[in-house]
Amino acid sequence: MLNKNIYLILLISLVFAISFWIGTNVNLLPAEASINAPIYDELFKILFIIGLIIFIGMTMAVIYSLFKFRKRNDQIGDGIALEGNLSLEIIWTIIPSIIVLLIGLYSYNIYDRMGGMKELNHNHEMISSNSKKIWAGISQTSDNEISKNNLSIEVSAMQFAFLFNYPKGKFISGELHVPVDQKVSMKMESKDVIHAFWVPEFRIKQDIIPGQPTVLNFTPTKVGKYPIICAELCGPYHGGMRASIIVEEESDYNDWFNKNKKTEVNL
Amino acid sequence: MTISIDPQKTNNKSLQPKGWLRYFSFSLDHKVIGIQYLVCGFLFYLIGGTLASAIRIELASPMSDFMPRDVYNQVLTLHGTIMIFLWIVPVVNGAFGNYLIPFYVGARDMAFPRLNAVAFWLIPPSGLMLVASYFVEGAAQAGWTAYPPLSITTPQSGQIIWILSVLLLGGSSIFGGINFIATIIKLRRPGLKLMQLPMYCWAMLGTSLLVVLSTPVLAGTLILLSFDIIANTGFFNPVLGGNVVVYQHLFWFYSHPAVYIMVLPAFGLVSEILPVHARKPLFGYTTMVFSIMGIVVLGLVVWAHHMFTSGTPPWMRLFFTIATAFIAVPTGIKFFNWVATLWGGKISINSAMLFSCGFIINFVFGGITGVALAQVPFDIHVHDTYFVVAHFHYIVYGGTVFIIFSSIYHWFPKVTGKMLNEKFGILHFIITFIGFNLCFAPQHWLGLNGMPRRVAEYDPQFQFINQISSIGALLMAISTIPFLINIFLSVRNGKDAGDNPWNALTPEWLTSSPPPVENWEEEAPLVEEPYGYGKQFSEQK
Repeated sequence: MLNKNIYLILLISLVFAISFWIGTNVNLLPAEASINAPIYDELFKILFIIGLIIFIGMTMAVIYSLFKFRKRNDQIGDGIALEGNLSLEIIWTIIPSIIVLLIGLYSYNIYDRMGGMKELNHNHEMISSNSKKIWAGISQTSDNEISKNNLSIEVSAMQFAFLFNYPKGKFISGELHVPVDQKVSMKMESKDVIHAFWVPEFRIKQDIIPGQPTVLNFTPTKVGKYPIICAELCGPYHGGMRASIIVEEESDYNDWFNKNKKTEVNL
Repeated sequence: MTISIDPQKTNNKSLQPKGWLRYFSFSLDHKVIGIQYLVCGFLFYLIGGTLASAIRIELASPMSDFMPRDVYNQVLTLHGTIMIFLWIVPVVNGAFGNYLIPFYVGARDMAFPRLNAVAFWLIPPSGLMLVASYFVEGAAQAGWTAYPPLSITTPQSGQIIWILSVLLLGGSSIFGGINFIATIIKLRRPGLKLMQLPMYCWAMLGTSLLVVLSTPVLAGTLILLSFDIIANTGFFNPVLGGNVVVYQHLFWFYSHPAVYIMVLPAFGLVSEILPVHARKPLFGYTTMVFSIMGIVVLGLVVWAHHMFTSGTPPWMRLFFTIATAFIAVPTGIKFFNWVATLWGGKISINSAMLFSCGFIINFVFGGITGVALAQVPFDIHVHDTYFVVAHFHYIVYGGTVFIIFSSIYHWFPKVTGKMLNEKFGILHFIITFIGFNLCFAPQHWLGLNGMPRRVAEYDPQFQFINQISSIGALLMAISTIPFLINIFLSVRNGKDAGDNPWNALTPEWLTSSPPPVENWEEEAPLVEEPYGYGKQFSEQK
């Protein structure tokens, strides 16, 4: 009996160790290129490790049962008439409940740190026939915060393109240029059907819904060129609805901005 | 106590065609209707599977080169709709529910046999109409979710036929749901208590409650959508002041419970299969019943987790995160109980058992990614990507379809009186299990790294993983061959099964194989312990 328990403890420890090792050493995600990305990746690692422990444990239990308790040719009759075990059932109800609750609270904390739980500006919560409600994406801020930001961009999504309007420079671009380490506020509107704005390296996505302007904020942290992908089925060329976000040093961004500003582009 | 038989009904049944012709008749026999559901569903599975193969052929290369982009969207719309509304829902509910529930409650038929037949006979014409909608000008191409404004602004004749077809299929589900609830509650054999019912009855009771509560919402939503398309109303059309997010709320109020409408019956079926082939009682019967009801209640209040990237306020995201994640608790209880049912058994390694164990492994994987998807920050990154495609298929194919196959291997001897060939069955399992995991496991990585779903073309960096996925899909298609050969050969030349080849204790095995028209020649048996393994046969050890 003692030996069996030791083997069980060793086995469980091994499952935990393997899961921790895989969870911390195997990277399944693209590069981290925004303030949100490392915060998101913390949650991903925790979920990955817990998921591995459960999956490996359950799979081993099933496969072990199939081998250990398989019916041999010379065997007749049934297995043990065990219909339940109250304490065991209470344990495997309470432990998953605690795990789920802790994951939920932790993910709430992550979401809060990513800016998802900020309250909307009060005025925008009031729906009236005369004023458009502004919907909040992750990292939303109030109007006041938006106005303080150095970089405000208006995004228009349409079948099958994103257009980026730089109000301060009075020009529109097909590419999104932003300076590194600077907060960007985007007000997004759709001209036709539902689209979605997704930058995998930033770990942000927000649907762009016709009739409902949406605010999305992010802070890029790594210079480079990243894809902007429409993630919501928007028509035949949905797969081709892509653009690029170019994160560059402030001086390079200023050069690009100055080169393009005051250029009038008519839609 | 004898079971009362409606003489009118009995007379009608005696006039029904005999032999294989009865499967093409408006039969009132619940067993015939069950097989009609199964065969009809399987034919649509072959159509939906062919469309899935076309999708995977297209995705074997990054460019849209196998079919035009709009055709690709039409194909994926048809694939999703067929697989959900014409294969999984009718089969796990209609086919096995019809065949088994009257046996399990000790009745000679369903509570409303004519309504039962009507529910089935709505399916073939609706299905044919759905398939035909592909060939009219402007086939539906807005996905099985049919989100407006896309479903309103794309070519409309096909979309209208699509809506009508889904409405009729929803009607069929509602008729079936009402019938199952009435049969389980009102037709139970005297002396048979609720807590003595086989677990599949509880699963079907829970499922039917979900069907009756949520399907009318989908029906109403689709009717409003059709008004927007045909009559230019503005319920969901933002140009006319409509709100597309309201459509999403209404749609997902049905379509999230639809996942449980697909998996709860599978949970019930696996609960019947495991104890028989493990020769052990179902572990934790009472907690299994409560967990089903827990899933029903929670299943109705989690729909908005499909809308975390839509315009949902923060408090709503928090509530739906916690509610969704908590479904893992009753679901987890069931999985622990199934593993405990295997533990210490005398397990027969056969096709039915292998598919059931494959189901447990696949579903645990899908359940874990489901808990992850319940978390708002996680969901925001992977929503509408191949991660969700993979998760969903782990639940509905790795879960439900595996159990459909397991159930066919388990109940085929009862239905036909013949045994299926085990070698073909095990080959079927191995190819399906490898093909399925090869197809869908890599798609998690695709979603995490930037491949959205529903795209005919993608970033070339994802080509290799997509090719692996397509090879997996090819294996899944090939796996159907040994299954079909097995069915045809066994029906013609299979070994005689006898009445109870598995020595099972549930009531359907206590009558002849195939069962007579009224299920039992005499009085229905009262089975107080459908899982009493280890007691009855313990003296044989």
